[in-house]
Amino acid sequence: MPVSTTPQGTPSWRLHTTRTQWLQYLGWLAGACLFLLCWKVISDNTMWVFVEDAGRQGSDLISRMLPPQWSYAHRLWGPMWDTLNIATLGTLLGIAMAFPVAFLAARNTSPHPLVRSAALLIIVSSRSINSLIWAMLLVTILGPGVLAGIIAIALRSIGFIGKLLYEAIEEIHPTPVEAISATGAGRMQVMGYGVLPQVMPAFAGISVYRWDINIRESTVLGLVGAGGIGLQLNAAINSLAWNQVSVIFVMIFVTVLASEWISARVRHAII
Amino acid sequence: MSRQAKAQAGQWRRLPLIENPRLRWGLVLGLAVYLVLALASVEVNWTRVAEGAGRGLNFLAAFTQPDFVSRRGDIINGILESLTMTVTSTVIGVALSIPVGLGAARNIAPWPIYYLCRGIITVSRTFQEIIIAILFVVMFGFGPLAGMITLAFATIGFMAKLLAEDIEDLDWRQVEAVRATGANWWQTMNHAVQPQVMPRLIGLSMYRLDINFRESAVIGIVGAGGIGATLNTSISRYEYDTSAAILLIIIAIVLLCEYSSSHIRRWTQ
Amino acid sequence: MLTLSQVTKRYPTGDRALTDIDLNLPRGQVMALIGPSGAGKSTLIRCVNRLVEPTSGSIRLEDTELTRLSGAALRRARRSMAMIFQEYALVDRLTVMENVLSGRLGYVGFWRSFTRRYPQEDIAEAFRLLDRVGLPHAMDKRADALSGGQRQRVGIARALIQSPRLLLVDEPTASLDPKTSRQIMRLIRELCAERELAAIINIHDVALAQQFADRIVGLRAGQIVFDGKPGELDADTLTTIYGEEEWDTRVQDDIGESTSPREVPASRLMLASGGAS
Repeated sequence: MPVSTTPQGTPSWRLHTTRTQWLQYLGWLAGACLFLLCWKVISDNTMWVFVEDAGRQGSDLISRMLPPQWSYAHRLWGPMWDTLNIATLGTLLGIAMAFPVAFLAARNTSPHPLVRSAALLIIVSSRSINSLIWAMLLVTILGPGVLAGIIAIALRSIGFIGKLLYEAIEEIHPTPVEAISATGAGRMQVMGYGVLPQVMPAFAGISVYRWDINIRESTVLGLVGAGGIGLQLNAAINSLAWNQVSVIFVMIFVTVLASEWISARVRHAII
Repeated sequence: MSRQAKAQAGQWRRLPLIENPRLRWGLVLGLAVYLVLALASVEVNWTRVAEGAGRGLNFLAAFTQPDFVSRRGDIINGILESLTMTVTSTVIGVALSIPVGLGAARNIAPWPIYYLCRGIITVSRTFQEIIIAILFVVMFGFGPLAGMITLAFATIGFMAKLLAEDIEDLDWRQVEAVRATGANWWQTMNHAVQPQVMPRLIGLSMYRLDINFRESAVIGIVGAGGIGATLNTSISRYEYDTSAAILLIIIAIVLLCEYSSSHIRRWTQ
Repeated sequence: MLTLSQVTKRYPTGDRALTDIDLNLPRGQVMALIGPSGAGKSTLIRCVNRLVEPTSGSIRLEDTELTRLSGAALRRARRSMAMIFQEYALVDRLTVMENVLSGRLGYVGFWRSFTRRYPQEDIAEAFRLLDRVGLPHAMDKRADALSGGQRQRVGIARALIQSPRLLLVDEPTASLDPKTSRQIMRLIRELCAERELAAIINIHDVALAQQFADRIVGLRAGQIVFDGKPGELDADTLTTIYGEEEWDTRVQDDIGESTSPREVPASRLMLASGGAS
């Protein structure tokens, strides 16, 4: 009871009761202990000599990066084109796979609870595993190259698009669906007329948003051999050519900003 | 003939999405040309793919018999390291993202601070965690500290951007009401801004915790600590049963994270 | 034409929505179903086209037993029972023409409907109906660009293009203003007469029901408590349907001089205008 009576007989007010207040303190204490414990583990695993050196290393790194070796840029157009293709084709492939999965995962369109659980499992597995891990796996399976990158991006996109889309499907108005069923329409027709028009804007927005994220992710897939500008990045880092690395960074920066701008414009136009 | 007259005679077509036919067909053509060019530039070594198909099947089969045991020590160490990196980086990142987020909100920050904070956010969001991890590994040496700093830096960009957007469209009347009582800047923040922003901040922190864990599983590839290194080794040695075990653990922890965060969000709202 | 016998609906929660409903609707009759909220009106008409599954009892449309149908046979039966909804239930992002044509979905195959290649006579009929309900110019507008009354007209056109034998109408006027409500009810009435359609109309507004229906059925707590001609409805029967209320109050007695009778909600005018059809 937040309102209590003091010994003098005047009522006093506090935000919390004594019990909740103690529980809050305990919660904070437990959180702080957990944090300190984690910090201890990290600091045990750290060579502090290197860390003391970090400032010097950092300034050294920057001095080697500047000035960027601009002449290197013309060798990056090919890899950049590959990066774009990995992101775009990967997104398209991901959309194609995520679309049916989302319909199977949404409570109101799923044919059977078992199918729904299977679809949710696909979505969770795809979401939990980073595209780089998918790429590592696919490179050992398919061999290095753009194809592994495309499939890695697609596999990771299923979970993202699938999750957001099935949530959108679950939020549609049920009455138009009811009305379409009442005309004697078949199951697929109800989907096509009752559900699809309602989720189309959300679907387009989600896809463009994911494309934007995929551009970002595809820039690093090359680090594990899956094609694109990451291959050049890896080579430059391994040969300690930091003035080439900085050119690649600028390139990535500009591309990502451009894709973010495009995606924001398209999403704005849809809504 | 107008569309109405046509419809009367039973001739009707759906309205095209883009009215201008030249633009419509231009877009279709452009898309087709792009697809052809893009697909043509994908080089596939089919003999290598055929060779790998067997390995792909091995990998799928490994999920039925994941091997948790033979690299038990590495897996436990890696997961613990990942978890500690996740917790510390989320706490530090969220704490730092609050001032950056306040500074990046157009309605309360003066413009030099606004541009500085927006700059930090843009840089942090543009580069993948793994690129930033490479730089921090060079600076701080191998190990979880570099990973933690990487994740904290990425957290700042993510949280501060969303926080700034939240503050930009918060209900200004409440702020005015508190200010009208004669409250100073800190009191206004505490009584008018914090209650409006807090529930979403907690929800986003939980979400970011989840993301940080997933990211902590990959930055080990470049030597920034966590389970990634173990996973990388097991994949490149074709020890798919160990990789399957690690992936299953990651999926389980992400599921657990999501489940508990939905509870915490319901509890705070 | 439509015969319900012993129809009972119990929801999984244990609530009895309908208990032993017996009802017979001849061809061409317009029947209004009145009753308080939660009396089971919506459940009753949704049991007829099986949007809600009745728990027991039989529902026959001419020679077809509806309760045992499933799959394609159910869809075929639904074609002959068109439904009009309270919140119009149009698909907002489709155009008016597409919404009307969606009434033909039970007759065309999936790909034809998906690519919008409907038979020529369907399109001509859709346009004729749009013309009949007064919206030929709105053909290419999106459904969410229309006003409430216009949307309900589109809803009616969609129902009629099904070429139904029976109309199931669920609170057609609940979201409309009094004038539009009357226009919509008159339109439904006229169309039923033109095409010899039977109709069950769920309606809250007793005055409208009396004005436009041939027959009134009162439902209370899932049971039929009144069944008769509009003229037979008096204060006592209204009390049995809705419960105690001063039904006889004349509008003129209890409104201020500043309000004109036109602005009074139509339900208050109930007995003042009763039986004026």
